[in-house]
Amino acid sequence: MSNSDNYEAAASGASTEVASFADTKKGFVGQFQHALHVNPAIVPLIVLVAAIIIFGLLLGSRFFSPFALTLILQQVQIVGVLAAAQALIILTAGIDLSVGALAVLCTVVMGQFTFRYGLPAPVAVAAGLAVGTAIGAVNGWLVSRMKLPPFIVTLGMWQIVLAANYLYSNNETIRSQDIEAEAAFLQFLGTKINISGAIFTLGVVLMIGLVFGLAYALRSTAWGRHVYAVGDDPEAAELAGVNVHKTLMSVYMLVGFICGLAAWVMIGRYGSVSPSATTGVIGNIQSITAVVIGGISLFGGRGSIIGAFFGALIVGVFELGLRMAGADPQWTYLLIGVLIIAAVTVDQWIRKVTA
Amino acid sequence: MTQPILKGRNLTKRYGKVTALDNCDFELMPGEILAVIGDNGAGKSTLIKALSGAVIPDAGTVELDGKPVKFQSPIDAREAGIETVYQTLAMSPALSIADNMFMGREIRQKGLMGQLFKRLDKKEMERIAREKLNDLGLMTIQNINQAVETLSGGQRQGVAVARAAAFGSKVIILDEPTAALGVKESRKVLELIQDVKSRGIPIILISHNMPHVFELADRIHVHRLGKRLCVVDPKKYSMSDAVAFMTGAKEPTQAEAEAVAV
Ligand SMILES: Nc1ncnc2c1ncn2[C@@H]1O[C@H](COP(=O)(O)OP(=O)(O)O)[C@@H](O)[C@H]1O
Ligand SMILES: [Mg+2]
Repeated sequence: MSNSDNYEAAASGASTEVASFADTKKGFVGQFQHALHVNPAIVPLIVLVAAIIIFGLLLGSRFFSPFALTLILQQVQIVGVLAAAQALIILTAGIDLSVGALAVLCTVVMGQFTFRYGLPAPVAVAAGLAVGTAIGAVNGWLVSRMKLPPFIVTLGMWQIVLAANYLYSNNETIRSQDIEAEAAFLQFLGTKINISGAIFTLGVVLMIGLVFGLAYALRSTAWGRHVYAVGDDPEAAELAGVNVHKTLMSVYMLVGFICGLAAWVMIGRYGSVSPSATTGVIGNIQSITAVVIGGISLFGGRGSIIGAFFGALIVGVFELGLRMAGADPQWTYLLIGVLIIAAVTVDQWIRKVTA
Repeated sequence: MTQPILKGRNLTKRYGKVTALDNCDFELMPGEILAVIGDNGAGKSTLIKALSGAVIPDAGTVELDGKPVKFQSPIDAREAGIETVYQTLAMSPALSIADNMFMGREIRQKGLMGQLFKRLDKKEMERIAREKLNDLGLMTIQNINQAVETLSGGQRQGVAVARAAAFGSKVIILDEPTAALGVKESRKVLELIQDVKSRGIPIILISHNMPHVFELADRIHVHRLGKRLCVVDPKKYSMSDAVAFMTGAKEPTQAEAEAVAV
């Protein structure tokens, strides 16, 4: 035992400063990397602002007007709400291919419950939200309890929900005029608010409220910290005292509920209820695109939901800006493809801050 | 005779063909530091996981304070006052030091914001986290909001140990807490262990460092092939005896194997 004292005594003359937290990576690049690590929504914000400025310079007041800029918000409201849902799943290191199809099924439930069963529209909306939440719960249970990969679970659920949607609705569309006449509440989120040329719909307001509400919950509540911890390393989270199952279930159920909200936004936007709405087929890819461009890591545990919102807006700005500029729509897809790859590259770089 | 504070009987855990725990008995007495030593793969980590709820044993019983307990998760054990530093540290790399220290036991703000909006009291959590790390004297903290992944291995281990020491009320379990630490940092952790002991909280210490084990431990549980081989008194046995037992170079006599009680 005496020898153990000796070797430690040799260190006693050393400096008393141990393991200081000083950031070794000085310089602008290092600081920028650190800033991104703390606040990953900075990059999509920069891209968004730059895109608005560039299109504004190119197109002048045609683009840079309250009308055009709020038109972008209206055009992204559905994808924006779905992206908020997708962001939650991706933060847990999952992916949800069923969000778009689920939203369409919920529109059909809302429509059919009013027109087939004669229920009051608010009850039908509540039923649509309940169906969304229930299907989210099934996804969550399969992922969390059965330990199936989210990709596979939601790939299957996507097909099931889409098929159920056609079967249940008999592939029938409910016309906008009929809804307006008999169940206007279904179109409630389409209500427009005009503030000196800037036109907001209640759907847009809901999208913004949802994004900021979720951002608050993720940043400032224990639940939010648990979502990040589960996405980061589920085993570590469990050992550290997080109920991983409960957290995953809450996320998947909330996502189902948000798909129900997206459904209500959809009816407000399109006026009609159509089981063959394109959201059912491409809503998943659109939402994943927004989330990835928004800087949320597909590996889970990193990124902010505000970033996903910016991601959705970036796509909206490109679509409208290029259309106004008269460019071939393929340019939109090409540029979005470039952005996706660039965003993932930036994510990899941010993850390298590790000492 | 004093009752063990934590007791395991016939604990068994299999992973497929591997029997990680084989009818293992275990006792921790009040106020003591019990070292657990054994070769790699002997089943030490599995043993402490069976005691901390991280692993549910296939068979066997665990008693805390003489009462049978069946922990279904680490949360259950934590609520019973058992804190563990796992060998893997159980940290969320992307989250901050303060977030990690309070994971699963976050403090909410007082008043409306806390009750209605469940808003966390980040300031308070940061203050306590900084204080606990300073107590440990292990590091000079500049930014408690730094992501854990930006810390060195030793710093991470320090945070994990500080977390357990801060919250453990009944038993603290440390699975190789100094493995990634330098000489000086290890010394700080050993001091912390003494400090926790002086607060009357018993400690289970898994370590490969024989000088540390012999310096701190009141008793040494020698683990071999998934079970307790014997318990030795560090005042009566030498380090080479302990190493001989744990590697199988020497078998304990009948009397030595039975002399497990204090
Ligand atoms: N999760 C697991 N899955 C499969 N085998 C495991 C698992 N955990 C431990 N083992 C096996 O159980 C045995 C004991 O492991 P462990 O308790 O970690 O030993 P120690 O901590 O003494 O080094 C080893 O053979 C190990 O490979
Ligand atoms: Mg081990």
